[in-house]
Amino acid sequence: MFRKLLATTAIALAATVIAAPSVMAGKANDTLVWTTDREAAVADPYYNNTRELVIIGNTVWDGLLFRDLDTGEFKPLLATSFKWVDNVTIDFDLREDVVFHDGSKFGPEDVVYTVKHVSNKDNGVLTFKNVSWMKDAEQTGPNSVRIHLHKPFPAALAYFAQAVFMMPEGHYDSAPKNAEGKQDFGTVQPVGTGPYQITEIVAGEKIVMKRNENYMKNGPKGTPAIGNLVYRTIKEGNTQIAELLTGAIDWMWDVPKDQADRLNESGQVTVENAKTMRVSYMAFDVDGDSGQKYFMDKKVRMAVAHAINRESIVKNLVGPASVVIPSACHPDQFGCAQDVPTWDYNPEKAKKLLAEAGYPEGFEFDIYAYRQREFTEAVISDLAKIGIKAKMNYMQYRKLRDLVWKGTTPINHMTWGSNSIPDVSAITSHFFSGGRDDPAKDPEVIAALEKADTSTDLAVREAEYKKALTKISGELYWLPMFTYAKYYAFSKDLDFKTTPDEIPRFYTAKWK
Amino acid sequence: MLKFALRRLGVAVLVALTVSLLTFSMIYLSGDPAMALAGETATQSDIENIRRVYGYDQPIIVQYLSWLGNALQGDLGRSHYLKTDVSEVIFARLPNTMILGGTAITFALILAIPLGVVAAIRPNSIIDRIALTIAVIGQALPSFWFALILIFFLGITFRLLPITGTSSWMNFIMPSIALGYYVTPGVMRLTRAGMLEVLGSDYIRTAKAKGLRPVTVLFKHALRNAIIPVVSLAAVQFGFMLGGSIVIETIFAINGLGFLAWESIQRADLPMMQAIVLVLSIIYILITFLADIMNAWLDPRIRVN
Repeated sequence: MFRKLLATTAIALAATVIAAPSVMAGKANDTLVWTTDREAAVADPYYNNTRELVIIGNTVWDGLLFRDLDTGEFKPLLATSFKWVDNVTIDFDLREDVVFHDGSKFGPEDVVYTVKHVSNKDNGVLTFKNVSWMKDAEQTGPNSVRIHLHKPFPAALAYFAQAVFMMPEGHYDSAPKNAEGKQDFGTVQPVGTGPYQITEIVAGEKIVMKRNENYMKNGPKGTPAIGNLVYRTIKEGNTQIAELLTGAIDWMWDVPKDQADRLNESGQVTVENAKTMRVSYMAFDVDGDSGQKYFMDKKVRMAVAHAINRESIVKNLVGPASVVIPSACHPDQFGCAQDVPTWDYNPEKAKKLLAEAGYPEGFEFDIYAYRQREFTEAVISDLAKIGIKAKMNYMQYRKLRDLVWKGTTPINHMTWGSNSIPDVSAITSHFFSGGRDDPAKDPEVIAALEKADTSTDLAVREAEYKKALTKISGELYWLPMFTYAKYYAFSKDLDFKTTPDEIPRFYTAKWK
Repeated sequence: MLKFALRRLGVAVLVALTVSLLTFSMIYLSGDPAMALAGETATQSDIENIRRVYGYDQPIIVQYLSWLGNALQGDLGRSHYLKTDVSEVIFARLPNTMILGGTAITFALILAIPLGVVAAIRPNSIIDRIALTIAVIGQALPSFWFALILIFFLGITFRLLPITGTSSWMNFIMPSIALGYYVTPGVMRLTRAGMLEVLGSDYIRTAKAKGLRPVTVLFKHALRNAIIPVVSLAAVQFGFMLGGSIVIETIFAINGLGFLAWESIQRADLPMMQAIVLVLSIIYILITFLADIMNAWLDPRIRVN
């Protein structure tokens, strides 16, 4: 054991000292290098649930369906057609011209294998809710499959397009076992059918992909134009910018607004602000479980809503692609009604409401946050103007979510990305269906969401979601804040189109 | 001597165990590791399933003792996040940290010792003032800021050096300067103070009276004695650099142990964190031990005592 480790260290040391070729980015090398601040060591979309793997998942693998971002329509991708047999059964006919990166032919047995594997709870898929609605799959012909659902789940099409990727039959069977005898499925060499195939993974450093020359013709994803794609982890934002300016990388995002403005002025790179599926919201402790009872009174919640200048936060801190939202969902999601009660910025009205609630001099409470501290600080500043003193409690997400579940946060300022699923069920139903995330457990809201989530009639779904969203905004269980927007910065040589769902489609990028 | 060494070793092992137990507890205090693994959008049922599948449903003390038992048998466990043996990851990334620490301490010693010696030979001169200025700047500059300044000038403006990665020796120049410069003031001041004391001692006057060349007096007789505390300080600083290079590794995207530790804390990767703490503790203990040996070699009085 010790010898093996010594050998590993020695080899790594030698490899470091002897100059190895670095990743060459740019048009001249036909290599698009993109970076984020996270490590993506496990290249399997089921066993790594970071945003990076959502992007790589859509680049290296294909789903049965494809979502057309321009029309919102679901089109066949690995399938040629699909049909709801009833509200818990979907039939798919499959393409016959698809091969996996290892050369094996794609077919119905791969779909059956993938569905059976990922929907088995014991196999430890990390974001199990992405696949838990699938019950089973069966082959119904030489090129067709039938997928059974546990219960009606109209959002299934969105998941088939963005979260359920097809693996070859037997893919996970060779996964090594750990000390407890359980298989570690994330360690299997990645094999997909997508526009790019993974050729190298250096944990903590990079994932190298090359164009899949055998990629399906005339598919909705098109034909990839750039030869090589490299994902690099660079933790520090300033370093990312430095590397972009020197041409060592071609693409980055999450550029802070002030730096994005400066980069834009320099004219050295292309800077764009694009919307994302993530929304910001403030959840109130409407039951008083936290011990700070102020927000049990709707007038206090109304005062808070009127006191916060959301337009100003959007304009000065987030970016031009961000918008203030009235509903507890993203405006681009199906069923996200916009004609619900709204709360304008009106500090005078807020003060009056506060006085009516019995707090003319304001009060002091704890606000909790985990992301973009400056956004929450802006909220605190606005509340101070009407006499409410909010004490910041800033912590890691996992700690905060635990506190939220325990009900100990008077107000938590949170965000939700919906896994980029363009359906209200991915956010409103998650938070207001009576579970631990639900701050109100309102029976009327729960009933409306249950009906909307299980109906295949689009009109019924829209009407029920609207009913729920109207109650949530009207009663101010949440104060919906704004949509997130991201600043992207990329090489002037790159023809890249930003997307509204936070999933960059590198397979559509090309060099100018 | 053997009894002393064994006693020190015993204390060191206890320290390592205490640190590892504290690390284990603190990671739990910072939030549920199952929640970190399950990700932001996980439901309660997702998290409970992760807890069951990955063994986080066991009592904390059972998890710790299980880890400890395996570690004593040479198995540091598997990373639930990276899906690989912890020891393989650590020993694959250790070289980057060792190279960075080694080159940084070398840079610091090469800069600080000559400056300290020169400052001691000409106390209160312009050279002494320059050396003092360098020391003050080194102590006052936050390493992350100094690193960004280096990147701006050497990486972006003049494009002399690569900014990130570990693909060649040139990648280590800026990080080594940024990390090493922080250590320079302490080493320089200690060298200067030691040299001033030694140069005023009787045996140096005797050496000069014997007609020995100034270079011989300076390097063979004076520096050898003056440098003893510097060796101890350098050893401590080298240990600090191995464990504390998180900021520099993060800025320069060096895939080393510091960066791995930071990432592991963020994602509550318990087996990885535990192993890193253990490995760093052992390295630190070894470095301190080697510094003692070197001091004894430099100063026979230490050997005799």
